[in-house]
Amino acid sequence: MSAQAVAGIVRAGGMRQRVLRVLLFAVLCLFCLYYLAPLFVMITTSLKPLAEIRSGSLISLPKQVTFDAWGKAWSTACVGVRCNGLKPYVLNSVIMVVPAVLISTFLGAINGYALTKWRFRGADTIFAMMLFGAFIPFQVVLLPMARVLGVLGLAGSVYGLILVHTVYGLAFTTLFFRNFFIGVSDGIIRAAMIDGAGFFGIFFRIVVPMAPPAIVVTVIWQFTQIWNDFLFGIAFTVGDSNPVTVALNNVVNTSTGVKEYNVDMAAAIIAAIPTLLIYLVAGRYFVRGLAAGAVKG
Amino acid sequence: MAKIELRNVRKLFGSNEVIKGIDLSLQEGEFIVLVGPSGCGKSTLLNLIAGLETLSGGEIIIGDERVNDIPPRDRDVAMVFQSYALYPTKSVEDNITFGLVTRHVAIAERERALADVAALLHIEKLLDRKPSQLSGGQRQRVAMGRALVRHPAVFLFDEPLSNLDAKLRVEMRTEIKKLHQRLGKTTVYVTHDQIEAMSLASRIAVMDNGTIRQFGPPEEIYERPVDLFVASFIGSPSMNLFSGRVIEQAGLRLQVEDRAGTVLFPIPKSLEAAARPHLGGELILGLRPEVIVREGAHRPGADTFLFERAIDVVEPTGPDTLLVFTLGGIEAIGRVDPQDKVPVGTMFRFEVNMNRAKIFDPATGLHL
Repeated sequence: MSAQAVAGIVRAGGMRQRVLRVLLFAVLCLFCLYYLAPLFVMITTSLKPLAEIRSGSLISLPKQVTFDAWGKAWSTACVGVRCNGLKPYVLNSVIMVVPAVLISTFLGAINGYALTKWRFRGADTIFAMMLFGAFIPFQVVLLPMARVLGVLGLAGSVYGLILVHTVYGLAFTTLFFRNFFIGVSDGIIRAAMIDGAGFFGIFFRIVVPMAPPAIVVTVIWQFTQIWNDFLFGIAFTVGDSNPVTVALNNVVNTSTGVKEYNVDMAAAIIAAIPTLLIYLVAGRYFVRGLAAGAVKG
Repeated sequence: MAKIELRNVRKLFGSNEVIKGIDLSLQEGEFIVLVGPSGCGKSTLLNLIAGLETLSGGEIIIGDERVNDIPPRDRDVAMVFQSYALYPTKSVEDNITFGLVTRHVAIAERERALADVAALLHIEKLLDRKPSQLSGGQRQRVAMGRALVRHPAVFLFDEPLSNLDAKLRVEMRTEIKKLHQRLGKTTVYVTHDQIEAMSLASRIAVMDNGTIRQFGPPEEIYERPVDLFVASFIGSPSMNLFSGRVIEQAGLRLQVEDRAGTVLFPIPKSLEAAARPHLGGELILGLRPEVIVREGAHRPGADTFLFERAIDVVEPTGPDTLLVFTLGGIEAIGRVDPQDKVPVGTMFRFEVNMNRAKIFDPATGLHL
C-alpha cells in the first residue's frame, strides 16, 4: 500500500485518540533510545582518550576527540601475540565473504530457477530437504565438517571457510530464490522456450534480469551472516587465517596488560561497519525485495 | 506454412488421462479453433503441438516431419499466451526480437523484420517501452508481434483475448482474423468462448473430456451438432432442450407436459423417419432461442407452430430481448424484438419454426 493510500484512511478523532497517539510515540521513542544507547556509548568511548574514560562517566560526550584508538585498533592492536591490528583480519574476512556470497547466491539462483521452472520428479522433496538445512544448528555439523575439510586439505584456511559458508548458505539462498521465482509466470519461460532459448539462455537473459529484488535480499542476508559468523571462523581457521570476528574477540578478551576500552570499542565498530554499510546502501531494496512476492509484467 | 496431423494423440498426467486418443488433420493455411469447457484438455493439446508437453502416445506431424521428439524451438511454431507472457525486463523491441537473437539472425535482417511487424501491428511508437508501461491491448499486440516476427510455419494461440475487456476483445478478434486472411498461416486457436470460435474458425473442434466431439466448419457445428453436448455448448444463449414423448396425432408429435398444460410440437416431415422408431418413447427436442419468436415474426415458408406460456423473466440485450419461460420443467428462452416485450407474468404466444428443430436420442445424446 502506498503512503498516500494509507494517509487517506479516515481515523477516529477526539481527545482519547490524541492521548493514545502521544503514548504510542512515547513508547516508540523509549525503544529507540534503548536500541541506540549502546551504539552511542561505543562511538563516544572510541573517541575518548583512555584517561578520560577512567575518570568520566560512561555516557558523557568526549571532552577531547581523538582518533588514536581507531588507528591503534586498525594497525597496531595486539591480536594474540601479533600486534598488527585488525587490518589483516578484515582482509581475511573480505577474501572469505566476497566469493562465499557470490557463489552461494549464484547457486541459490540456479537452484530456485530449476526447482520452480524446470519441474522434475521429486523437486518438492529436494526442496524440502534443502529447506531442512536452514534449520540445522551449526554446532551439529562442526565435527563432520572439520573432517571433510581435513580430507580436502582445506583445514585451517580461508578457502575452507569459503566452502563451509557456501554450502550452509545454499539452504537460505535457494529458499529466497525459489520463493521469488515461484511468482514468476511460467508463461514467460514457455514463451522463451518457443523463442529458442535453453536452460541457461532463459536463466541469464530472462530470469536473472527479473531477479534483482531476490538478489539484493540474498546478498544482504548472506553477507551479514558470513561476515558476522564466529563459530565456523573460530572452529575452522587458525591464527593468520582468522576472520575479523575471531580477531575482535582476541583483541577484546585479552587477559594481559591494561584494558583499553576505547580500542575495544573502535575495533568492534570496525568489525561491524561493512554490514552497516551494506544495509545502508541496499536496505531499501531489501525491504522492497521482501515485500515483492511476484513480478508484474 | 504447413499442415498438421495428429494421430491417436494421448497425454497422461500421472494416471489421469487428459487427452484420450485424438486424431485431427489440419490443412495448410487453416484456422482451427479448439473450443470446450475448462478442463477439457484443449490447452494441453495446444501445448503438445507446441512441444511444451511430451506426448504419452500417438504422433504429431507438422509439415512433413514427425515432431514427437523435437523441442519447441525447432518446431517452427510461434505461440501467443493468455497472460501475454512478455519479458518484463525487456523493451518492446527486445521482446519482439528475442526469438531472432537466440537464433543468431543478422542485425540488419532483425531490424527489417522488426520494422515490418511494428508497422503491421501499429506499434512503432511503443518499441522503447517496457511491458509494464503498456495497456492490455498494446501488450496483446506486442505478444502477437513476437509470434509474427519469425514467420513461423504455425501459429498457436492460447486464449489470447480472455484478459481483454469486451470492446477490445471484439476489435482484436477482427484484427486476428484480418492477419490470418493476409498471412494465411496455419493457425490453432484455443478458447472457451464459443462466439470467438464461431467468428474466427475455418473449422471448429469441439472438445470435451479429452476427446473431440465434433470437427467441422462453424455453420455445420451450429446447425448440425452431432450430440447434446455440442448442441448445448455452442450458441449463446444455449439451445433449449425439451424432453417429451413421441405420439401419433395427425402426424408425429412430441408431447411436452408440465403444470401449465401440454404442448404438442409437430415433428416436421424431414425428421419423421428418424423419430418414428421412438414412437411411444422419449425424444429430446432442440430449439435455439432465435427459433422461438413472436407470433408472425418468422419469414413466410417456415413450418410454424404456436404455443403459449407465461413470461418469468425479461432480459433485454439491446438488439433483441430474451423472454424466459418454463416449459416441460426447464427454463427456456425465446428471442423477440425489443418492442415486443411484455410484462413479467403475462401470457405470450410464441411461434416456433419447426424446420430448424433438432431431435436427439435421450439415451445416447446423439443427433438424429
